[in-house]
Amino acid sequence: MGEFQFYPEQASTIAGPIDALYWTLTGLTLLFSIPIPFVILYFMVKYHHSRTVDRGNPSHTSMKLELGWTFGLLGIALGIFFWSSYLYFDIYRPAPANTLDIYVTGRQWMWHTQHPQGKRENNELHVPVNTRVRLIMTSQDVIHSFFIPAFRVKRDVLPGRYTTMWFEATKTGEYRIFCTEYCGTEHAAMGGRVVVMELADYQRWLREDLGVIPESAAPDTSGRPSQPPSAGGESSGQLSTMAAAGQQIFIAQGCIGCHGQQGRGRAPSLAGLYGAQVQLENGQTLTADENYIRESILNPRAQIVAGYPPIMPPYDGILNDQQINELIEYIRSLTSEEGTTR
Amino acid sequence: MSSISTPRPQDNFYHDEKYGFRPWLKSWLLTTDHKRIGILYMFAINFFFAIGGLLATGIRAELVTPAADMVNSEVYNRIFTSHGIIMIFFFLIPSIPATLGNFLIPLMIGAKDLAFPKLNLLSWYIFMLAGFFALYTLFTGGIDTGWTFYTPYSTTYANTGVIPMGIAIFIAGFSSILTGLNFIVTIHKMRAPGMTWFRMPLFVWSHYATSLIQVLGTPVLAMTVILLALERIFRIGIFDPQLGGDPVLFQHLFWFYSHPAVYIMLLPGMAIISELITCFSRKRIFGYKFVAFSSLAIAIFGFLVWGHHMFTSSQSVFAGMVFSLISFVVAVPSAIKVFNWTATMYKGRIYYEAPMLYALGFLGLFIIGGLTGLFLAATAMDVHLHDTYFVVAHFHYIMVGGTLMAYIGGLHFWWPKITGRMYSEIWGRISALVVFAGFNLAFFPQFILGQLGMPRRYSSYPEEFQIYHVLSSAGSSILAIGYALPVVYLLLSLKFGPKAPSNPWGATGLEWTTTSPPPTHNFDKTPVVTEEAYSYNPQDPGIFRAQGKW
Ligand code: HEC
Ligand SMILES: [Cu+2]
Ligand SMILES: [Cu+2]
Repeated sequence: MGEFQFYPEQASTIAGPIDALYWTLTGLTLLFSIPIPFVILYFMVKYHHSRTVDRGNPSHTSMKLELGWTFGLLGIALGIFFWSSYLYFDIYRPAPANTLDIYVTGRQWMWHTQHPQGKRENNELHVPVNTRVRLIMTSQDVIHSFFIPAFRVKRDVLPGRYTTMWFEATKTGEYRIFCTEYCGTEHAAMGGRVVVMELADYQRWLREDLGVIPESAAPDTSGRPSQPPSAGGESSGQLSTMAAAGQQIFIAQGCIGCHGQQGRGRAPSLAGLYGAQVQLENGQTLTADENYIRESILNPRAQIVAGYPPIMPPYDGILNDQQINELIEYIRSLTSEEGTTR
Repeated sequence: MSSISTPRPQDNFYHDEKYGFRPWLKSWLLTTDHKRIGILYMFAINFFFAIGGLLATGIRAELVTPAADMVNSEVYNRIFTSHGIIMIFFFLIPSIPATLGNFLIPLMIGAKDLAFPKLNLLSWYIFMLAGFFALYTLFTGGIDTGWTFYTPYSTTYANTGVIPMGIAIFIAGFSSILTGLNFIVTIHKMRAPGMTWFRMPLFVWSHYATSLIQVLGTPVLAMTVILLALERIFRIGIFDPQLGGDPVLFQHLFWFYSHPAVYIMLLPGMAIISELITCFSRKRIFGYKFVAFSSLAIAIFGFLVWGHHMFTSSQSVFAGMVFSLISFVVAVPSAIKVFNWTATMYKGRIYYEAPMLYALGFLGLFIIGGLTGLFLAATAMDVHLHDTYFVVAHFHYIMVGGTLMAYIGGLHFWWPKITGRMYSEIWGRISALVVFAGFNLAFFPQFILGQLGMPRRYSSYPEEFQIYHVLSSAGSSILAIGYALPVVYLLLSLKFGPKAPSNPWGATGLEWTTTSPPPTHNFDKTPVVTEEAYSYNPQDPGIFRAQGKW
């Protein structure tokens, strides 16, 4: 059965601050839930009907008391609010600099992860210790939620869009992953483990090609051949990176015809796109994040870039989630290669 | 106000044997008397509570061991889904308003009946029809979406009875709306002479606030169910991204109703507590207006906090912060009530009758339930605790520790009024203590489980969690005994209990000025109110005489 355990291991940078908040809230709970029942018990005994005590002139209302406890409570509540909001902002903030980005795909009932270097895993996530890791997550079917109790982080994983979260593991070891959004029959079995390794071990692990041979992350309904990253064309036997796989798709799907050198002018260049501000035809300005790029590929007509004709064909149903992840990774690599900003 | 009218010699209110069975049955099924309808509701609701309770037993039995060995996950998912749906839509939401509220509100304000007696009966039939669909779903394969029906699981992936259960909930909503409407109009229009707003018992205030939520919130639930059905049946893309929908939209719509629904369940519980604490402390309530207005504040702010169920859902960080802020604010009026109830006992003359023990149990559990709500309102903390057992423990402290304790306490308090019989006081006290102890053992360990990371809705779990699950299941067995006891002695009281006087507790309130049970028209003479509510005098030792203990 295991012995009593009162809080989960702390294995990320955020775990400590969250636990501080937790114990403060617990302290507050005790601060109220011990004295009030105590007072009630005291009254129960002192004013028991069998006892003769002073019951004279009881007051039935006191503005001072009422306002006192109202504002006292409000003050405490606001304190907790600011504290927790500060941490919340930290956990979910859009993009801390220099993260190692790993793609996570949920589906009934397993987790699939893909590292930028192309390595893929099922129900496991290897990450280096003391490194900021960002998970870029999406689901192929229903809503799931990616939860690592030891890191105190969790976020819902939605179909048709990306959600992200980040953490920095502080201790090597293995920790549980749970799915915390009910997703059907085997919801309880949709878990796995995070393996936190020293950076050098992680890099070695990335190169080992004993890889979990990935089940294709989605049935490819398009009929077009996808580009498995391990068959990226390098003859050196080295694994191709996600970006390289993305480049293959970029060529094979004809994106390059419009977005590349040959297509000059027909379509915007994608170099420097990631993270830049995009001016849309309808006057809106958006930041080009994963969700924007995904939407631009699957459903270009929803967001037309200002100054361009709406000629891009929608790729919805043609590209699967994994291919889109790879394309995004490729488009992001264009940013870093050319170092341009728009 | 404690003028006690003598019970009539021969009160044949509930069974007129001389007319035979069929007229008797008709006198119930076609009644427009709010008291009888309240009792009809009571049968239906207690029946659903029994079903929900059985399902809960299934959950706790399965979770004694880490593996899904008693039932497989498919069955388990149906069990916890049905438990949630039955308990929420068919027990907690109608529980207090439709039974005690129905029975007592006209009596408390000195009216002959509700404003729309036929509508009241209709609402019961609508509820029964809804209940029929719910049972039909349970017996034809069940449903496995969780009571929250999250899309696109419920619209595209689940192949269980989403539609029949959706129909059940859709229909049940109308009975809730009708009850709420009836209460609002009754409270506005049918108060006896002299019964000003600030002389009304707080029971009525709280029900008024509840009714507002029922009338304003329930239509949103109905719309949500319709949208869900449109997508599931006709594949119209609303929520499923494959069809061009937005899955999070469903959560917004669902919680827009379902968070206020928490207060539909809780406010009537608070309504009862205000009556019990004053009566058994023999004292006027402390801060009457604050207690009354806090109910309205809860009803209003309750509509603005739905997003606190979605802190991890991809909702923007800023939206999360706003919802968090308002959630902290809505905690304040609940706390105000607790402080006022406590202050009411000061310099009172306190009796430990069974209803009072239930009320005190409510206070203890509600304090913990409320404070743990602050953990979940705190965004960053919720990221860790969301959808774990911490949440399960929290809302059971509120719904079971709060509402259910109040319901049973209220049932004891008004039992003599409703049935004309006294129950066994000593067993009443024992059951209150057993429920309190069993409840804490059943649900306290779940807070720790949640903090350790145990997700909810899991049929199997890692071994390190087992010890807490075993404790919880042990507590539930005690709790089950605590609930079975009143069933036995309350039913026995109908046959063996001494006849109840009009006012066994020496309580204030117009319902105690008429006979037990009251005549069909409630009062022989329309009462005239000249006093504040709760004009108890703690100095006076003579008023209170609980009669007919056995
Ligand atoms: C027929 C020409 C054409 C093809 C083929 C094409 N695109 Fe485009 N794309 C455009 C045009 C024109 C725009 C700008 C108007 C708009 O937003 O729809 C655009 C916009 C975009 C944007 C948004 C750019 C920005 O600056 O905001 C992205 C990202 C993108 N395309 C990616 C792709 C990818 C990936 C492929 C291949 C899978 C592809 N496109 C294929 C013509 C094309
Ligand atoms: Cu899941
Ligand atoms: Cu809520």
